[in-house]
Amino acid sequence: MTSKFRYFLGATTAVMIGLSAVAGHADAANLRMAWAQDATGLDPHKQTAFSSLRLLELIYEPLVRLDADLKIIPGIATSWEFAADGKQLTFKLDPKAKFQNGAAVTSADVKASFERILDEKTGAANRANYLSIETIEAPDAGTVVFKLKQPDAPILTAMTDTNSSIVPASEIAAGTIGTKAIGSGPFKLEKWDPNSKAALVANKDWAGGATGVDGIEISVLPDETAILAAMRTGQVDFALLNDPLIATLVPNEPKLQLNRAPLLAYHVLQLNPARKPMNELAVRQAISCAVDRKAVLDTASLGEGQVTGPITAPFFASDPNSLFCYKQDIDKAKKLMADAGFADGFSATVIAATGEPPTAAAEAQVLQSQLAEIGVKLDIKMMELNVYVDTWLKGDFDMAVALNGGRPDPYTMYNRYWTKNGNLQKVSNFADDTLDKLLQDGRAETDPEKRKAIFAEFDKQLAEKAPWIWLYTGYGYTAQQKNVQGFVPMPTGSLVSLGKVTIQ
Amino acid sequence: MSYVIRRLRAFPLVLIGVSIIVFIAIRLVPGDSITAMLGTEAGLLTPQQRDSLAVYFGIDQPWPVQYWRWFTGLFSGDLGISVTYGKPVLSVILERFPLTLELALLAMLIALSIGVPAGVFAATRNERPADLGVRIAAMIGQSTPSFVVGLVIIYILSAGFGVLPTMGAFTPFWQDPLQNLGQMILPAITLGCAFASSVTRVTRSAMLDVLSDDYVRTARSKGASERSVIWRHALPNALVPVVTLSGIEFGYLLGGAVIVEQIYALPGLGRMVLEAILQRDYALVQGAVLFIALNFMIVNLLVDLAYAALDPRIRLEGR
Repeated sequence: MTSKFRYFLGATTAVMIGLSAVAGHADAANLRMAWAQDATGLDPHKQTAFSSLRLLELIYEPLVRLDADLKIIPGIATSWEFAADGKQLTFKLDPKAKFQNGAAVTSADVKASFERILDEKTGAANRANYLSIETIEAPDAGTVVFKLKQPDAPILTAMTDTNSSIVPASEIAAGTIGTKAIGSGPFKLEKWDPNSKAALVANKDWAGGATGVDGIEISVLPDETAILAAMRTGQVDFALLNDPLIATLVPNEPKLQLNRAPLLAYHVLQLNPARKPMNELAVRQAISCAVDRKAVLDTASLGEGQVTGPITAPFFASDPNSLFCYKQDIDKAKKLMADAGFADGFSATVIAATGEPPTAAAEAQVLQSQLAEIGVKLDIKMMELNVYVDTWLKGDFDMAVALNGGRPDPYTMYNRYWTKNGNLQKVSNFADDTLDKLLQDGRAETDPEKRKAIFAEFDKQLAEKAPWIWLYTGYGYTAQQKNVQGFVPMPTGSLVSLGKVTIQ
Repeated sequence: MSYVIRRLRAFPLVLIGVSIIVFIAIRLVPGDSITAMLGTEAGLLTPQQRDSLAVYFGIDQPWPVQYWRWFTGLFSGDLGISVTYGKPVLSVILERFPLTLELALLAMLIALSIGVPAGVFAATRNERPADLGVRIAAMIGQSTPSFVVGLVIIYILSAGFGVLPTMGAFTPFWQDPLQNLGQMILPAITLGCAFASSVTRVTRSAMLDVLSDDYVRTARSKGASERSVIWRHALPNALVPVVTLSGIEFGYLLGGAVIVEQIYALPGLGRMVLEAILQRDYALVQGAVLFIALNFMIVNLLVDLAYAALDPRIRLEGR
């Protein structure tokens, strides 16, 4: 009986799997995509999670966008101009831009969208980037004028963010943002079953022209090993991967291609300069000298990335080798420790989030062994992501292993931590006149080369003062079948070029 | 009958207790819906922004007020709105439940159809090589975690044979039975195999006990065939512990099989609860745990009733 049953089971399994695999190949003009983490909501002004932005950027569009070199290119706006005094920013809108409900995108929608972001009742985190806006004017349907309280060069880069997307004024009035997804982007959201699947169809009216596929079917496959397996069998055309351990397996598959983009987000060991003994400059510098950044990268992330200084945007970034103690120097570290009166070292706790990033635990362990060489005993405390975030926001840690988001503009990226009234002062716990002044200068300056010089000095100072130990930037990974063409990996991790992707 | 009524009367009290514990536990964990949605960006919010998001998520009121609001809603069948799904909690749960129920039933079916015969087989060959073989197999099955079994199955199928069941979206049985079973059979085997091992072990030891009982000797001496002694006389009595074990396991499975759902990307209750906890979707966690607790209690009651049916010596009524 048992053996008969086993035959039955074996045979039915084989037949069913065969059938369901065949059924999967139905529509070739649809891109079948998979990711491990789904969006957590549809309100483009509220949802800031990486996974949410990847869905929302296919549906909504901001005024301006970034290209793969982080240059600002047209989005809903075709052109833009700062006034000579830097206190006025004028946009001309694309007359072809249309919302997915058929209505044209007008200056009234832009004004309403930014007013919604600025309204504290909305709870948009991005509001912090727009505090210099005094008024928003819409002299005609195709023109928007932002009047600023002070010159603010980085505001334009902030506007490239999906969290600054333009939504219909009518939907804001109806209170349906977040329940209905109506944007002006390449795809329309047809169906969304959170944590399971989403269906996008091509937006025929997209101002950017025809899309390369008729639609995108997204499956949420929480285990990245399963994503790789599904790609191996041709069930999935395109996938987003987070874990370098999985991503590096992709090139072994003959039919698959791995796309890598160096990301702006940075892996960092945050020290808490408000706590002893990290309040001592020499101690922080000793830690910086004791860390072998390349070894952290090689061990925790299989060498997948680049050692980085504080600023990660290629245009502004300094050569890491020019920064303070970027070559491991244990003798110097020991001397600095002794100078500070900690020749015997000290004990501290380092917090890290479980699985976020996937390399967090490994990074903490490598740092633990490296710092042991100068007598610093680290106690690693792994936390569930949300618990970690809560602890992190309260600044309640000695040290923290973190993967922090990067921005194309150093001011937008760092004013929250290193200006005196930055929103995340409580997390960085480090106020410094020089850093504050450099950031303010960088904000007001509009000449790119002068800004570059200002931020190079900022980079150097920050590395030397070592409130944090910057480690490396990793890659954003996508994997695809080789017959998928036209995808452009972006340093922001954006999937926006899926609008032009075709399947051969 | 009065036994059933007595048991049913205890349900509301247990459920209230469960709901209070869950309500408090999920709120005691650091982090809230706001940090879950925004991550570290939550640090950019002004106090007013934070307050309006708290109103949006329904976490602005003191705990007792929040609980009372939720509790009174229960009487009109309103378990609240899930903030992640933007839908009533009950409808989210009921969408996920068919998959979980089917997976639990299939896994039980597989486990029992392997485990019970294997246990009987081993018991009747006590301490002989065949018995030892079954026991070793059961030991291996029980100690291999399901994520290992699952990942190995997926790897072998995809790398070795280039096939894999459709993953991600779930097709209900009534829409397309073949597609449905194609999706469900591997997860069910993964779950079923681990459980089959425990069933085998329990069946074996219960059978050994029963086979040494007087009435079995009587049956044999009456000249009953070995086949009839084992399957008709001994097995029904040996099944009591198997039913207990299966009942508890089935109750657990109705709460979702998180790991297997995760590996095979099945949108079942287990993953839903996990995501809801990570997202601090309070209403969904509360509703789902209540639903799972109710299922567990119903299954438990059915198990107790099954005892009486299997073994007339067990009386439920009390004196």
